[in-house]
Amino acid sequence: MDAITTLLQNYDVPAAFWMTVKLTVLSAIGALVLGTVVAVCRVSPVGVLRGFGTAYVTLVRNTPLTLIVFFCAFGLLNTLNLSLASAGSPTEVIDNNFRYGVVALSVYHASFVAEALRSGINTVPQGQAEAARAIGLGFGASLREVILPQAFRGAVAPLGNTLIALTKNTTVVATIGVAELAYLMRGMIEFNPSLLYAIFLLVAACFVLLTLPTGLLFTALSRRLVVQR
Amino acid sequence: MADREQAEHGATTDVHPGSAPQAVGPPLLVLRGVDKHFGELHVLQDVDLTVGKGEVVVVLGPSGSGKSTLCRVINRLETIGSGSITIDGQELPEEGKGLAQLRADVGMVFQSFNLFAHKTVLENVTLGPMKVRKVPASQARERARELLRRVGVESQADKYPAQLSGGQQQRVAIARALAMEPKIILFDEPTSALDPEMVTEVLDVMVSLARAGMTMVVVTHEMGFARRAANRVVFMADGKVVEEGDPESFFTAPRTARAQDFLSKILTH
Repeated sequence: MDAITTLLQNYDVPAAFWMTVKLTVLSAIGALVLGTVVAVCRVSPVGVLRGFGTAYVTLVRNTPLTLIVFFCAFGLLNTLNLSLASAGSPTEVIDNNFRYGVVALSVYHASFVAEALRSGINTVPQGQAEAARAIGLGFGASLREVILPQAFRGAVAPLGNTLIALTKNTTVVATIGVAELAYLMRGMIEFNPSLLYAIFLLVAACFVLLTLPTGLLFTALSRRLVVQR
Repeated sequence: MADREQAEHGATTDVHPGSAPQAVGPPLLVLRGVDKHFGELHVLQDVDLTVGKGEVVVVLGPSGSGKSTLCRVINRLETIGSGSITIDGQELPEEGKGLAQLRADVGMVFQSFNLFAHKTVLENVTLGPMKVRKVPASQARERARELLRRVGVESQADKYPAQLSGGQQQRVAIARALAMEPKIILFDEPTSALDPEMVTEVLDVMVSLARAGMTMVVVTHEMGFARRAANRVVFMADGKVVEEGDPESFFTAPRTARAQDFLSKILTH
């Protein structure tokens, strides 16, 4: 217990924790939006869009996250100089790393969101789409009003799993210098090797604090939101 | 409860058993030489059919005869191979805005109801008018309640479809179709998925619609409905229209062997 107190006194654990939360929340929003677009592409009547959706999922889902993160940091930022932060600002480097971290996490997890959503769409009976079309709703309106609301409800549980995976995967962006929990952990281990187990315990507890409620929440939601047929 | 009783009776007050069907107006729906294949299967073979304004046509036939498909090609839920379909003089458009517009004018009632499972009964009925016709919400709700009263399920307005009986769901589905103020309503075996004791409540609503002058194409096995409400019976077998005529002469004296055979099978029990 003393060890934990020492660590909490010497390191800004709440700041790292907050960084992990920010990465998780922003990437989750990004992944949800992008993943929805990809899922809609996969079920669209336009062949080109379906092809794009399938290609996206196949390509991104089978690529290691680390590779995507490095591609963003070294490929897009350092080599192509595509900056996401205002030039010359004192926090330019930190901002760029953080924003590219969010981009990489969003892009990667969007493929999982798309797959979860597609499985949700598959739970919606064909007749729902036919009824929507029969009252004169177009493709977009049918999706918006009838298919997607039911698909999201059917996909709550797998979306929860994706969110938990995303929370833990934020540790990968420590590699490009985003000061989240894993980054902090590396620093702590380097300078306090004798407190190794306490450090592991502390960081693990921080993640459990995030993922456990997420899991409980999504299980409860999936029960509450289930569509009665 | 008293309210509901009254509402359910209200649905049938404008039915006069035995009164003559409405006069048939100029052609509203015209099918010319419609052909369709499902792979190797030739489901519709050179089908011609004209339905006049205000006419009620019952389509009969053994299963696999193509009658459901016929119903579904009319609002292009199934595409056709060749031939033409016109509604109110307008050729059925290709997929897109035009088709959506046309579908708004063609009501459809499905065998399995297909009510939107995540929306309440009232929302099911108001969705089309609000999103397609751009009717203001308050007006759409008022009209929806009126229609739900007409089909006798007003008291269920705030429930979800899964909480209703099959017969109630199907009546909501009819209200949903009516809310679009369609020129014609297609019924694809509307009572086939219902428990026997719920068939009447749905048929009563359909008869009252027929009496009120709605143009209807009804795929059904309900001979009683055909006799009470239809102007014409179309008998299909193997993807072809084999025989058509007024209900009375069709049921009492079918001309073709195929129809005689079919009727003998369903009427002997």
